[in-house]
Amino acid sequence: MSCAPALLIEHVTHAYGERVALDDVSFTVARGSCTALLGLNGAGKTTLFSLVTRLFAARRGRISVFGFDIDRDPGEALRRLGVVFQARTLDLDLSVAQNLRYHAALHGLGRREATARGAEMLARMELSGRAGEKARHLSGGQMRRVEIARALLHAPRLLVLDEPTVGLDINSRAGILRHLRALVAQTGLTVLWATHLLDEVEPTDEVVVLHKGRILATGSAQVVIAAQGKKDIGGAFSALIAEPATADAESPQ
Amino acid sequence: MTTPVATSELHRLEEPRRGFSLGQYLTCLMGVVWREGLRFLHQRERFISALVRPLVWLLIFAAGFRSVLGVSIIPPYDTYVLYEEYITPGLVAMIQLFNGMQSSLSMVYDREMGNMRILLVSPLPRWFILVSKLMAGTAVSVIQVYAYLLIAWLWGIEPPKLGYVTVLPALVMSGMMLGALGMLLSSMIKQLENFAGVMNFVIFPMFFASSALYPLWRVQETSPILYVICQLNPFTYAVELIRFALYCQVDWKSLGIVFGCTAVFLAGALIAYDPSKGLIGRRGAA
Repeated sequence: MSCAPALLIEHVTHAYGERVALDDVSFTVARGSCTALLGLNGAGKTTLFSLVTRLFAARRGRISVFGFDIDRDPGEALRRLGVVFQARTLDLDLSVAQNLRYHAALHGLGRREATARGAEMLARMELSGRAGEKARHLSGGQMRRVEIARALLHAPRLLVLDEPTVGLDINSRAGILRHLRALVAQTGLTVLWATHLLDEVEPTDEVVVLHKGRILATGSAQVVIAAQGKKDIGGAFSALIAEPATADAESPQ
Repeated sequence: MTTPVATSELHRLEEPRRGFSLGQYLTCLMGVVWREGLRFLHQRERFISALVRPLVWLLIFAAGFRSVLGVSIIPPYDTYVLYEEYITPGLVAMIQLFNGMQSSLSMVYDREMGNMRILLVSPLPRWFILVSKLMAGTAVSVIQVYAYLLIAWLWGIEPPKLGYVTVLPALVMSGMMLGALGMLLSSMIKQLENFAGVMNFVIFPMFFASSALYPLWRVQETSPILYVICQLNPFTYAVELIRFALYCQVDWKSLGIVFGCTAVFLAGALIAYDPSKGLIGRRGAA
């Protein structure tokens, strides 16, 4: 377990009825990395997140978190995982602190520990003064930051976020990404975030390109850009989805 | 493929302990109950309507039918009782029936709003999370029932004082059965709008085709088919379990059937919410 990757996805296939959402998807996310899962709407990103978080089980394939198989050892896998879903999942009738407390209880954290961790996470997300406010009174960006604080409450080692910046203004988007990168640098947290907003990717980030349920490329953004002979990740991504058969920056593992 | 960070930097996030302690299970259970309680407090209209509904039956319907419907001496009663007294256990069960269905409604709502996902990604076993949710809903229904029994007492419905204590386990059992049924139904309902069907096809038939409003021997006299239907209805046994318990007695047959139905409904709900077997994953609508 000590040398297992943060996330291992092996030959995962999933379908809704006849419609195949993921087709033999394989990749790994290394510990301490900041990885962007790139794909257009409908590429299969949310399905992949639902499988990683065990909302559904994959029809075929294997997913493990820090070496713990999500199907065979879901408790150990899920306790190492923090999740921010694409849809807002805060209880709007509860205060920020109550939302955090509820999440803490679902992870078995006692009230004292939950209060201390909650204060720490809210401070990290620059939301210390909002703990008593009802969630419905927060802006979209603040809600998202509360969701990130909540996802970090139980000290997960891998944080997965599904389109965390969609619908936010440019300042909120930049703020959230700044917080995430700071967490990776300061705590060694591993981050996997799904996005179709290519300008969010930095050259030092790792990327996984998912298109129509298949992996087209994996590797550092710089390597993927160079492999496509483009200047930026936007150009590389366009080239990849235009020529999926010849656009392998690196074979899926 | 990705660039690993030096191992020395990873110590800042500690490796969590393996397994969960009993205290963590209890914390989780209390958290789910607390959240359900908060939701209940925030929805005052829900509490008021939960009380008004049976009170309308008790104060208007039963008062009106008192002179028309006579109830002979049948167990657990050892004397003639007023119609209001007869239907009180049925109305108690009705509170729990509505509460169970309302809990399922809130699960469908949570699923639509996304809140359900937070519950389902808890690392504690999913069966435990769902049972906690069920217990939380039952606790809320028991509070509603005691509020109703207090008003009924002021109206002159006075079961034995000890009955208020002995009815508690029966309320827990029937609350769990009806909550488990609601949970099972919530897994089958795709959208909130479909819930009206539950009212028409579950709540009303279960309530009316039971011993809640009239003793079964009377039903048997007028319609043998309806009598069979009433006997096949698990709600009948929830009503009888509560009726006997309120008068400090145990109806073993009802207890067995309520227990068995709880197990069946709960097993169905656990399968429905199982990521690998359930309907939720197949539809992609968790």
